[in-house]
Amino acid sequence: MSQYFDLTRRSFLKSSAAAGVLVLGTYFAGAAPRVMAGVLAKPSESAKTANLFVALRPDGIVEITCHRSEMGQQIRTALAQIVADEMEASWDKIVVIQGKGDLKYGDQNTDGSRSIRYNMQRLREMGASVRYLMRQAAATRWNVPIDSCSAQQHLVTHSSGKTLTYAELVNDALSITPPELDKILLKKRSEWRYINTAMEHIDLKDIVKGKAIFAADVLEPKALIAVIVRPPVVGGKVKRFDAKAAKAIKGVVDVIEIPAPKGAPLFQPKGGIAIVANNTWAAIQGRRALSVTWDDGKNGDYNSEAFKASLLATVSSPQSSVREIGDAATILAKASDKLVADYYAPHLAQAPMEPPCATAMYYKDRVDVWAATQNPQADMATVGAMVGLPKEKINVQVTMLGGGFGRKSKPDFSAEAAYLSMKTGQAIRVQWTREDDIQHSFYHAVSAQHIEASLDKNGAIEAYLHRTAFSPIASTFQEGATAPGSFELRLGFTDNPINTPNMKLENGEAPAKARIGWMRSVSNIFHAFAIQSFIAEAAHKAGRDQKDYLLETIGPARIVDVTEQNAQYDNYGADKATYPLDIGRLRHVIEKAADMSGWGRKLPKGRGLGIAAHRSFLTYVATVVEVEVSDSGELKIIKSWASIDAGTVVNTDTVINQVQGGSIYGMTAAISEGITFDKGRVQQSNFHDYRVPRMSDSPLEIEVEIIPSEAPPAGVGEPATPVYAPALCNAIFAACGKRIRQLPIGDQLKA
Amino acid sequence: MITFTVNGETREFSGDPTTPILWYLRDELQLTGSKFGCGMAQCGACTVHVNGVAQRSCVLPVSAVSGSKITTIEGLSKDGDHPVQQAWIEHKVPQCGYCQCGQMMQAASLLASNPTPSDEEIVQGMSGNICRCGTYPRIHKAIKSAAKTMAGVEYFIPETEGEKA
Ligand code: FES
Ligand code: FES
Repeated sequence: MSQYFDLTRRSFLKSSAAAGVLVLGTYFAGAAPRVMAGVLAKPSESAKTANLFVALRPDGIVEITCHRSEMGQQIRTALAQIVADEMEASWDKIVVIQGKGDLKYGDQNTDGSRSIRYNMQRLREMGASVRYLMRQAAATRWNVPIDSCSAQQHLVTHSSGKTLTYAELVNDALSITPPELDKILLKKRSEWRYINTAMEHIDLKDIVKGKAIFAADVLEPKALIAVIVRPPVVGGKVKRFDAKAAKAIKGVVDVIEIPAPKGAPLFQPKGGIAIVANNTWAAIQGRRALSVTWDDGKNGDYNSEAFKASLLATVSSPQSSVREIGDAATILAKASDKLVADYYAPHLAQAPMEPPCATAMYYKDRVDVWAATQNPQADMATVGAMVGLPKEKINVQVTMLGGGFGRKSKPDFSAEAAYLSMKTGQAIRVQWTREDDIQHSFYHAVSAQHIEASLDKNGAIEAYLHRTAFSPIASTFQEGATAPGSFELRLGFTDNPINTPNMKLENGEAPAKARIGWMRSVSNIFHAFAIQSFIAEAAHKAGRDQKDYLLETIGPARIVDVTEQNAQYDNYGADKATYPLDIGRLRHVIEKAADMSGWGRKLPKGRGLGIAAHRSFLTYVATVVEVEVSDSGELKIIKSWASIDAGTVVNTDTVINQVQGGSIYGMTAAISEGITFDKGRVQQSNFHDYRVPRMSDSPLEIEVEIIPSEAPPAGVGEPATPVYAPALCNAIFAACGKRIRQLPIGDQLKA
Repeated sequence: MITFTVNGETREFSGDPTTPILWYLRDELQLTGSKFGCGMAQCGACTVHVNGVAQRSCVLPVSAVSGSKITTIEGLSKDGDHPVQQAWIEHKVPQCGYCQCGQMMQAASLLASNPTPSDEEIVQGMSGNICRCGTYPRIHKAIKSAAKTMAGVEYFIPETEGEKA
């Protein structure tokens, strides 16, 4: 299958309108909710206009619009699986159209592991509506009751045996009123043929031939290339610059200053100087030749060592309460034998393999953008603000993303391209280099946590106090914000699964002296690291097996509602009756992963197993890691096992691939040096000093089991990430007795 | 004027000789299968074959390839059916896919020089290629299965095709 962009498709629809294309989701007949009723429901209440989700062409080809961004999670395939299954389409007649940014689709922010959760039901209804229309069209043609007609694989069959293809029925279906919602009969699970299978993803062959179109592969329009030098310090400005040497480079056509942002960072460009050239190499050369003097502004004092000390100081004293039950403070004040631990984790950069990139063409009354974006609607708003046009005038085509991990939901790069196109009157492609990506990201927050607990005579946690402090993402949206939004605390902190009569959770404030943003699984990473490490530390103190103690610590299978413990918790925006915090499911993945790993088996000296479990994005994951630590402190990850309960899943192979990849991504937190600042500047610049996992770091086997479930679908892309670092560090402790409380591991095993 | 071949076609280059081959392939020839990931030989996304051997095209100036035969992913096979590509499909290796052309070019070169690599040799041969999506376990398996299919089978290599022509 080749990629199709919305523009190509639009012209097709226009030209074939006369032939009659059955386009579903384009109209809402009368007041009664019909075919596309689901479209009107959450997440967008304003989606009252055309929704081009399914179009059945007269040649029988089914065009399915994917309005979410593809970044390796195979959402294009999964959405097609859902629609095609319910409509009984034959798979070789499916074409997936990449939807452009458009409010009519409702939410397009491909982030937070929620594409399937938000869309499965409405896409099933849509597919089932088409199936109904096909049966109804055939029934009318044959003048028989609809119940005597069944649809399978692009073919309607009457009980007498006669058949009509979907292609033959398109025209008839056009005059049939789509069924009301309650008339739509969804398939039973046992009838699914695509959903919950491991079918090959639709872009696989293009990728393997090198034909998939990523942002820098867009050849039309022919664009000039821009490479930008940005202020090294957030909030910094250009004081002066000398473009003479840069302009002397052959191929450089222009040097343009981009204005500094105002107010909160939002997704605004950082400003700086752009070198515009007629090829990438000339632009890179031009940037090298440019000399700029900066005014660093108030973040020029950002130093990671000093900041670390201040975060640790914050969590050493009482802070604002996030959740409380019982009286942990009093018990802990009296306790003579407490377990006390401070955990620290540095900033990280998402570092998707494809650095940010976008092409833009400015016209007076509109801008066309081609971007590797996770959220084209954010591009519409950000580009619109940058060039002074309403967001409806910004056409955003979404290319394939060479990884996103949260970086590409912040489209500063699209706004840069649009601004430069406005200034030059030419199509511009802004190419970020790896140095740009490492030094100008929206970073995963640096964090410190303090936990103390006392154990009762059986070794169980009787009182637990946990404080967290980190530079908040809230600061990206509200200038100077130092308190995290509740959306940040809910990620693994407020929903702590420890079952104890006395618990106090607190959060401290911290300024942000860099742009802070989300990275795959966000603050779940450091929260799960601290909690799951601490439980293993307590197990050790109690002289218990790590896995048994973990199960006992989270307690018996039950539904927990943390809002009953003086906490605010929005459960990832999901209804808590449909998606409760279910300790039974958490227990189940722990037991499963332990089982898979042969937990308890005898290991040679220097080897160890570690386990960690966590619920995030409404999904439950447990991971066991086996490591070997040599006498000289060399770490080798031998193998890991993961079990995941994500409720109903669409593509089982994708889930396995995401869990494997999410595990390795989670390894970054442990083995990378992280991102550090001095004088406000990022000290790393490329993969030689910002280390990410390589094959030599990775286990060659990551066994994954999906817990079969009929629960509603939950997240898949992120939940395997947070458990990895704590499972790894717990394994290291089991192997050599070294407890890692500060990430990255670095030289700590050598000391 | 610098002369070389790309996927069997003769090319002449008269621009800045320090231009890395990657940008010539992408910007001039519009062969966009080779990707830009780091620009300093750290990630392997830009891997091409020069006379059959994997090289990082982001740091290889055009001046260094005079008289050489360059193969990109677009030229690795006629129809995406090089044993490595087939193994990639069989094992459903790619996630986002951005690194994968470089991975396959590296793997094809590895297998050409060592048709029966051990587990450890695969790790060594492939650790210069980063996959941020974390497909390493699948890459490893795919290389092992490609090695099996390749044993004793001749396959399409543009540079030797070029010689025959
Ligand atoms: S782009 Fe050439 S090695 Fe990374
Ligand atoms: S598949 Fe995404 S970087 Fe390798």
